[in-house]
Parts: sequence; structure tokens; C-alpha cells
Amino acid sequence: MGKFNKKKGGDLPAISTASLPDIVFMLLFFFMVATVMRQNTLMIKNNLPYADQVEKLDKKDLVMYIYAGKPSDAYKQYGTEARIQLNDKFASVEDIAAFIAQERASKREELIPFLTTALKVDQDANMGLIGDIKQELRKVNALKINYTTKKGNVFDRR
Amino acid sequence: MAKRAAPEVNAGSMADIAFLLLIFFLVTTTIETDSGISRKLPPIEDNNDDVIIKQKNIFTVLLNGKDQLLVEDEIMELKDLRKAAVEFLDNGGIPKGQEGYCDYCKGKRDPASSDNPDKAIISLKNERETSYKMYISVSNELMAAYNELRNRRAQEEFGQSFTEMQADYDNVNWVGNRTKLKEKIDKIKLEYPQKLSEVQ
Repeated sequence: MGKFNKKKGGDLPAISTASLPDIVFMLLFFFMVATVMRQNTLMIKNNLPYADQVEKLDKKDLVMYIYAGKPSDAYKQYGTEARIQLNDKFASVEDIAAFIAQERASKREELIPFLTTALKVDQDANMGLIGDIKQELRKVNALKINYTTKKGNVFDRR
Repeated sequence: MAKRAAPEVNAGSMADIAFLLLIFFLVTTTIETDSGISRKLPPIEDNNDDVIIKQKNIFTVLLNGKDQLLVEDEIMELKDLRKAAVEFLDNGGIPKGQEGYCDYCKGKRDPASSDNPDKAIISLKNERETSYKMYISVSNELMAAYNELRNRRAQEEFGQSFTEMQADYDNVNWVGNRTKLKEKIDKIKLEYPQKLSEVQ
């Protein structure tokens, strides 16, 4: 009987963690590949609205981003009204023309007609601000715009 | 001297290092949203020649400061907007045999509504207090109306939906005749042109 009793006393064998680094590396590579480093540090709340009739924006280098929304909690001193953010700082509507000119100057000339302006606007912003931005964009002839949205049904989230 | 075997490197801390990197990338990752509703703004023109458009060819959508919707002078819920817009665009009011008759329309052919999809214009007006969320929802529904009609038309004509055709055209790996596909897309776009005007 001794043959069979042997196992009873033994503890559970330790689980081998030798493959742990492999698993972690696999995850690591996934995130390294999927990561897009944020170009701008957002100083505003940027909770995008939902839409489902969306088009994809290809060619990331041909997109100019204009952010707008209420200043986030860390920037409370700028008030609670929705503001525009260009690059890394708050801006007013008049700065948009200069911003577009600067973006255009940094691109090759033949690519300028393909530049798109992506408006990343918080869903709680009101249309007055967006109307002003659009008017400003028309003045500098930057007519291709894209309202960046999250993908989802319009009716689910109201 | 006898050659000694190289000592084995302890790989025990490998997992720690990998974890450290993993956590760094986890924290910095933002899966960027890069899709949205594309629009073209009207250029600023000096000439203010008023083009006379028949009232029946205009589908007015008004959004007030309280996010309420007024469509063709009637209060409407957002969920009914798509259907109303499709009905308007697809009406094809010009009777058969006359110029501008729309032979692919499947609407009610009500003479009091739009003449044909080419003439039909949707006019969207919002106030400064309208919320962006509501505006996007409404734009989305109107785009959906156009896409619905285009999809239907493309399905009839080419046995493939318009969105699929566009996806194929944008797909670099797609094999097939690109110029032909572009022609098809343009044909559908011409049959149901997107005439959406925004009033400031």
C-alpha cells in the first residue's frame, strides 16, 4: 500500500512561472504596436459625441486638429465656458487663421489642398463656438472639415 | 587552463522588466478615435445672387437652443427624422414624361414635395445655444438618410451597397478595377447628391 500513500503527504507543486515573461512580452509588444503617442496634451474635457455614419480619416499627417470644450479640472482658472485649444494652449477664435497658416506652411505645397481639419469638440459644447470656428475656417479657405466622433448609436446614449 | 563554462545569466528579473515596460505603454496608450462625419464648408463668395429655389424643394430642419427639433414647421422626434428625410429626398414629384422625372425614385411622388433628388435640398439651421451633441446626432441622421438611399440604389444597380463600394475604394489591398469602381461611386453620388446647406 505504501506505493499509493506516497502522494498524500506532498504539497501542491509550485506553478511554474517560467512562461510568465513570454506572456508579458506578448502583451508588451501588443501595446507597443497599438500605441499612438498623443500629440497634444489636452487641457479641456473632450468627451466626443456618438455617431454611426462615420468616415475614417486616413493619412494622419494631413489632419489638423482643433480641440474645444470646457477647461478640465486642472485648468479651472480659465473658467467654465467652452474654450478652443490649438496645439498645447488655449486659444481664441482669432488664432485659428494663424494656426491654419502655420500648419499649411509645415506641409509640402502639393499636399495643401488635401488638408482636413478635424474638430474634436466636447459633446456639451454649444454650437455658437463651433459656428465661430467654421466661419473662421471659411475665411482662410480650409473647407474640408471632419467632426470627430466616437462610433456608436445616436439613440443609445441619451 | 581549462575552459570554464560561461555562467548562466539569471533571467528571473526579466518578467519584472517586461512588466515595467508593459505598464508604461498601458498608461501612455490612447486608442485614438480617427473617424467622424466629414463635411465641406461653403466657400465665402461675394456675389449674393439669390438663386430662387422652390419652397417645396427645401426640407427645413430647425434646432433650437433647447435641443428641440422643428422639421418642416412641425415638431419632430429625432428618431423620426431619418424616415422623414428619406421620404422627402426620394419623393420624385415630377410626373412621368416631363423633364426631371426621377425613374429610380420609390417615394410617394407627391407633387407638393421635392421634384427629384437632384433638386431636393436639406437646410439645417441651429442656434448658438444648441448643444454640439444634438447637432451631431441630427447631422448623423441626415447623413444616414442619404446613405440609406445611396445604398439602396447601389444595391439595385451594382448588387453591392454604396458603403461597401466606398470601403473597397479606400482599401489599398482591394483588387479590382479602381477607375470603374470610381465611376460607379460617382454615378450613385450624382443620382442622390448630398445637398445639405447650413444656415448661419
